[in-house]
Amino acid sequence: MSSGLSLRPAGDRAVLVELEDNDAVHRLAAALESRRGGELEEIVPGHQTLLLVWADQMPSQDAAAQMVDAAAGNDAELAAPPEVTLRVRYDGPDLEAVAAGCGISPEALATRHQACEYRAGFIGFSPGFAYLLGGDPTLQPPRLTEPRTRVPAGSLAIAGPYSAVYPRQSPGGWNLIGSCEASIFDPALGSPALLAAGTIVRFVSE
Amino acid sequence: MSGSFEVLKPGALTTVQDLGRPGFAHLGIPRSGAADRGSLRLANRLVGNDEAAAALECTLIGPSLRLSSEAVIAVTGAPTAVRVNGEEMAINAAINVPAGATVEIGTAERALRSYLAVAGGVEVAAVMGSRSTDLLSGLGPMQLKAGDVVELGSPTGAAPPIGAAPVAPPAQEPLLQVTRGPRADWFDDEALGRLTSTLWEVSNDSNRSGVRLIGEQLNRVRRDELLSEGMAHGAIQVPPSGQPIILLADHPTTGGYPVIAVVCSNDLDAAGQLRPGQRLRFALS
Repeated sequence: MSSGLSLRPAGDRAVLVELEDNDAVHRLAAALESRRGGELEEIVPGHQTLLLVWADQMPSQDAAAQMVDAAAGNDAELAAPPEVTLRVRYDGPDLEAVAAGCGISPEALATRHQACEYRAGFIGFSPGFAYLLGGDPTLQPPRLTEPRTRVPAGSLAIAGPYSAVYPRQSPGGWNLIGSCEASIFDPALGSPALLAAGTIVRFVSE
Repeated sequence: MSGSFEVLKPGALTTVQDLGRPGFAHLGIPRSGAADRGSLRLANRLVGNDEAAAALECTLIGPSLRLSSEAVIAVTGAPTAVRVNGEEMAINAAINVPAGATVEIGTAERALRSYLAVAGGVEVAAVMGSRSTDLLSGLGPMQLKAGDVVELGSPTGAAPPIGAAPVAPPAQEPLLQVTRGPRADWFDDEALGRLTSTLWEVSNDSNRSGVRLIGEQLNRVRRDELLSEGMAHGAIQVPPSGQPIILLADHPTTGGYPVIAVVCSNDLDAAGQLRPGQRLRFALS
């Protein structure tokens, strides 16, 4: 059961649900998905939160809490998350520095990085930019002190507990360890984001 | 009959906006759309369009356009001079424009964003259900530049039912209602009081993603890093500088700065009209 979920007010049309971990975020998002569209306009996963945004009037805080509790308490089998394997090259400009910082060779870093199974925890920063969780705890370099003004599209990057592939050219402060040719975001597609929140992601060296 | 317009001068920042593309925040796509939706709706009503039709959002200094055919237009939002073939016209009113006429939108006298609707609507290609330019994500048409020719849709028929709308001028010093935000407890005891007692100034470094404010420092008591979480339109987030930012239409969908308060829905349009250098206050509702 779910009682004890914490709901924080987020304006007169939204509420922020705090959850114990990212898996719980995906479970609740999936349980609420059938209600999205219409009055419940947005369901936005965060690392350990789910933001619910209503189009106009939101229900009372109590009614919102009841809705969330009912969804969280629904133990129905959820569909298996989609899985994506990305072919990458470990050839990024920060590869050597990150490997040195971790006390390992670039080859060992590549091996460790692709040994993990990742999950798209949430999307942010730019359309389709998935924050991938589940990386090796020994590979957690801090962000760059000076962000780059131009990171090429398809850059494979790591920072703290996250990995990501930049969907398009943008500024960025993460460590670039490789590159990937897959199209990560295409607004012309019915499912524009390749790595929607919840997706299981694996990396394979080319 | 549908027509087109040619951009003679683009103005400071003129974009196509409708009511945005809701429902994609989980993919990292903000709603976007007019920063002042009420003014966009009014402009559309005045020319007989559906309220959700696409129009031009002009920022501070408006564009000059030449219309290919006879058209009905209206300008709403930030008060500004409107000239048709050099003749001054009223804002918040339907204007009949002859074929080939030049329409000039001047500099906003106060507030920031004026809306120019044309009967039939601006007919650029829709991306994910909307014609809005999202400057943060790079979705939708580019901002207008000189020489662009932009297609217009066919007017839906009947003459506009209203000729002019009474509109109160935007406040010199708006008072925006806010509610306590999801992370108000990350700040010290004085922070909420400071938010509502300070006369804030709008920074030049503001855009369609957010309005940056200059004033008192809002201090955090929790120094740990906030895990990224979903951000609502109107959220007032506080970066380490302690100077708050109100998130507008093109705001990032998730963020890691704590949100101390959120602007109420009824005041989001006023937030979208805040002009660099202008002052404002918040009240806790």
